[in-house]
Amino acid sequence: MNGTEARSILELLESNARLTPEQVAGMLGLEVEEVENKIREMEERKVIIKYQALVNWEKFGDEKVSALIEVRVAPQRDVGFDAVAERIYRYPEVTGVRLMSGAYDLAVFVEGESLKEVSLFVATKLSTLEDVLSTTTHFVLKSYKHEGVIMEDGEADRRLVVAP
Amino acid sequence: MKNDDWRGYLNPVVRDMPPSGIRRFFDLANEMAGVISLGVGEPDFVTPWRVREACIWALEKGYTMYTCNQGLLELRNEISFKIENRYGLHYEPKTEILITVGSSEALDLALRAVLTPGDEVIIPEPCYVSYGPTTLFSGGVPVYVATSVKDGFQVTAAQVEKVLSPRSKVLLLCYPNNPTGAVMEEKNLAELAELAVARDLIIISDEIYDNLVYGVTHIPLATLPGLKDRTILINGLSKAYAMTGWRLGYAAGHPAFIEAMTKIHQYTMLCAPITAQMAAIEALRSGGAAVARMVEQYDRRRRLVVRSFNEMGLYCFEPKGAFYAFPDVSATGLDSEEFAETLLREEKVAVVPGGAFGPSGQGFVRCAYAASMEDLSEALKRIGRFVRRASGGRPAGQTAVAER
Repeated sequence: MNGTEARSILELLESNARLTPEQVAGMLGLEVEEVENKIREMEERKVIIKYQALVNWEKFGDEKVSALIEVRVAPQRDVGFDAVAERIYRYPEVTGVRLMSGAYDLAVFVEGESLKEVSLFVATKLSTLEDVLSTTTHFVLKSYKHEGVIMEDGEADRRLVVAP
Repeated sequence: MKNDDWRGYLNPVVRDMPPSGIRRFFDLANEMAGVISLGVGEPDFVTPWRVREACIWALEKGYTMYTCNQGLLELRNEISFKIENRYGLHYEPKTEILITVGSSEALDLALRAVLTPGDEVIIPEPCYVSYGPTTLFSGGVPVYVATSVKDGFQVTAAQVEKVLSPRSKVLLLCYPNNPTGAVMEEKNLAELAELAVARDLIIISDEIYDNLVYGVTHIPLATLPGLKDRTILINGLSKAYAMTGWRLGYAAGHPAFIEAMTKIHQYTMLCAPITAQMAAIEALRSGGAAVARMVEQYDRRRRLVVRSFNEMGLYCFEPKGAFYAFPDVSATGLDSEEFAETLLREEKVAVVPGGAFGPSGQGFVRCAYAASMEDLSEALKRIGRFVRRASGGRPAGQTAVAER
């Protein structure tokens, strides 16, 4: 199998993780066994990390609160930002951590049940870390597009049933 | 007066023209709810956002006026550049390109520009439903050439030669083909080109699906020796850029043809809508990546569909272009009309009976795989169930497959 085919497998699974190896093989013109082996290999190498559903919790009825916290950090010798990033990402409340260029260093995504819970987490856990210089908290008001997916896509199929 | 009396005033060519075979089927399918349609001759994608946004911007800026008859020069430049870049063919934007309201108008203009009453137009079938009627409306006589699945639905010079007469004037081609998905091989094209030159035929080449080819290269008719001047190239943005409803097409060819076509166009249509022209400029400039993404998606669906039909026992030759699969359903014992109608009633999947595209389409159905992967998978599941039932529980047509 060549690199393009492996990439196509990944793209297909990224857009729909529930595709069966039979379906993937059908779409790419490959043998089912080939696809199964390649997927297993990529799972073992952690190229494929896990399969998860993209959930619209708001639609389900849950009022979750999420926030983006800009964190400025004093980098440490030898380990740079990695050590402090690790201390932050181990908290289960933290759903994402990214090192950024620009006005701040770490973009930390936090999720909680209420504004208070998230604020308290920032105040008591994040800001108090030794190397954290400052934090700025932005609460998410509405999510329009997530992971390349438009949350409420109004573009239904409006085509006629039969056309020349 | 009653309807019948008023009909007496009609031009008999128009009055006696049967409605499109697709139309009847459309009415049937449209009455039902929950139908998954593989009967649609257009992309399931909507026009790329950049293109839609460019049109909105044009409207905001007040681009609401006529353009010159031939279409915005800026757009003709883009078209010329694109053809040259892709195929190494040069068309002069000022004299050799005309912007039309869809490629359908371009086809109509081309036929009207060259036909005198009684001239014959050679049309390989199965073919797009409008070729015959458009020829007749222009006073021409359609002469059909049957193509067959054993040639991969490609037309051969030998087949064309058999129907040539002193009145033969135009050879009307559409490759990549609707409804079969066939693409012409170079050898067959070369022989056709030789014949067209030797027998002085004008070629009207509908290349609306030229971007949608899979694992092969599209060869424009005009690139063949001796054909550039005698070929009227017809194309548009509908299929590749998912812009069917914008109605934006074009013709490219010798100044003599384009000038004549422009004459008809200026009196009957004036110009293509400016909003669509502005959108088309953006599509040609920046739409390449979006087209490539769509082609990749079509290719995946194509493989899935072809494999599924063959596994069901319905022989399906590999279409190398467009977004249609054209499986042979005769193994079920049903003709294509019965197959499509029963499939629609029992499993709510719409496909188009091959007979709608000409007698050689009989025994086949056209499945447009321009549908979401979810719909396509579900539709194939239903068709599989239907085929098993129709063949009395046996896997369909094993003998029929083995014979090929």
